[in-house]
Amino acid sequence: MSTVSSKAVITVIGKDAVGIIAKVSGKCSEYCVNILDITQKVYDTTFAMIMLVDTKDMKTEFAEFTDIMKKTGESLGVVIRATHEELFNVMHHV
Amino acid sequence: MLNAYDIIDTIKMIEEEHLDIRTVTMGISLVDCVRGEIAKSADLIYDKITRKAEKLVPTAEAISKEYGIPIVNKRVSVTPIALLGGAVECEDLTPLALAMQRAADTLGIDFIGGFSALVEKGFTKGDIRLINSLPHALDVTRNVCSSVNVGSSKTGINMDAVKMMGGIIKEIANRTADRSSIGCAKLVVFANAVQDNPFMAGAFHGVGEPECVINVGVSGPGVVKAALEKAPDADLTEVSEIIKKTAFKITRMGQLVNNLVSERLDVPSGIVDLSLAPTPAVGDSVARILEEMGLEVCGGCGTTACLALLNDAVKKGGVMASSHVGGLSGAFIPVSEDEGMIAAARSGVLTMEKLEAMTAVCSVGIDMVAVPGDTSAEVISALISDEIAIGVVNTKTTAVRVIPAVGKTVGDEVSFGGLLGSAPIMPIKTTSPARFINRGGLIPAPLHSLKN
Repeated sequence: MSTVSSKAVITVIGKDAVGIIAKVSGKCSEYCVNILDITQKVYDTTFAMIMLVDTKDMKTEFAEFTDIMKKTGESLGVVIRATHEELFNVMHHV
Repeated sequence: MLNAYDIIDTIKMIEEEHLDIRTVTMGISLVDCVRGEIAKSADLIYDKITRKAEKLVPTAEAISKEYGIPIVNKRVSVTPIALLGGAVECEDLTPLALAMQRAADTLGIDFIGGFSALVEKGFTKGDIRLINSLPHALDVTRNVCSSVNVGSSKTGINMDAVKMMGGIIKEIANRTADRSSIGCAKLVVFANAVQDNPFMAGAFHGVGEPECVINVGVSGPGVVKAALEKAPDADLTEVSEIIKKTAFKITRMGQLVNNLVSERLDVPSGIVDLSLAPTPAVGDSVARILEEMGLEVCGGCGTTACLALLNDAVKKGGVMASSHVGGLSGAFIPVSEDEGMIAAARSGVLTMEKLEAMTAVCSVGIDMVAVPGDTSAEVISALISDEIAIGVVNTKTTAVRVIPAVGKTVGDEVSFGGLLGSAPIMPIKTTSPARFINRGGLIPAPLHSLKN
């Protein structure tokens, strides 16, 4: 159950603004994190995005990447979390 | 395949409903740390704990960050110190508790448990020394936790130990009177103590355990309450199903963390304790779950039935989610650590008698209950004997963690800070059980057939 997969989930939630996707995907590209899938919607003025990414060739440690994403979110006024995909798998799939 | 709903569901549980891993507890055997000279034993204890658990805190913190899961406490449990205490040339075992405290400080862990004795059938020299050392040891340490097992379903109840513990608890309360008698919050008196419990104050590393092991205790009363809020008109079968499904998710998270810590530290993975452990924070209360089921206030008629349903459903949901279930597993009802229980006790609806009834169907027992400081040692012993009898006869773990708060009386409150919370002083019957308690001896083990 805990054999770590290289896939991760990045969630972005907060007030809509110009350039959120550009900034987040820019950071992914900078650290060689490959985007596999994006689900994104704006509910009224709330921006919500879920990205499935592959961190196989990532140029940093995952813990550090979570910090980078958190700080990127703070600069944009949104909350960004990067989490190993495994957490969601174990909680929602038997 | 992941879907957006599942991802948002998990994030909401963590961000809004206080879902967390309450504790990652490393169990460490200390049986090879005993020498005749107590100072030498203390050094060996310090060295072994700090060596084995050197990377526990950074590893748990890294996992917490990478998986976005709060891990509230990092703890260590050790072999019951009484097992070592007979071999040292010293009556006071406090130096060993100080070695544990020193190790806790070095490691940066929250609690260290195992200053314990198992005396359900009688005392060894080490047991007597440990129990007599408790007032001093719990006075001069901050993070050391202690437990004494005084009864079991196989052996009965050691009433000499029950008598002793009443006096010891009073003495601890007096010695730590300037700190709200907090020493008593770090001591639990058990029946049927479990050997792999990751929760404090009762954690110790049992004699049947391996050299070193990782046990995890989950939490999540807020998540269960939030799930029930979505079904206000559901019948109780459906309520049970909702709790089971929620407990499954919580426990899977606990199992994941257990596996990850175990792999990274190269220490065997032990158990996941399927517990609903409340905190004093709003939205993290077991009492509020019972009220969500339909009670006006926790402690009124119907409370025991609601708690029985909750406790059973948590276990059923959790069992399938974990490879090895253990510890105390169930809903905890510590008064001072649960916002809803504090409110219920304050209102007078939740009484000592109702709490006792609740302990017959839930995990553990009369926990973190503050009583007037002038409560006699005999009354405390008798309270312990009642609670232990419930555990021994019903073949379950029960416990008492009671604080006779020095200088306080009914209507006052006592505050311990942090996860230990604060508690209103609850009234307790003061008629004298002295003649019963002073008889001493052993209450024989109950019959395990002809159940009625």
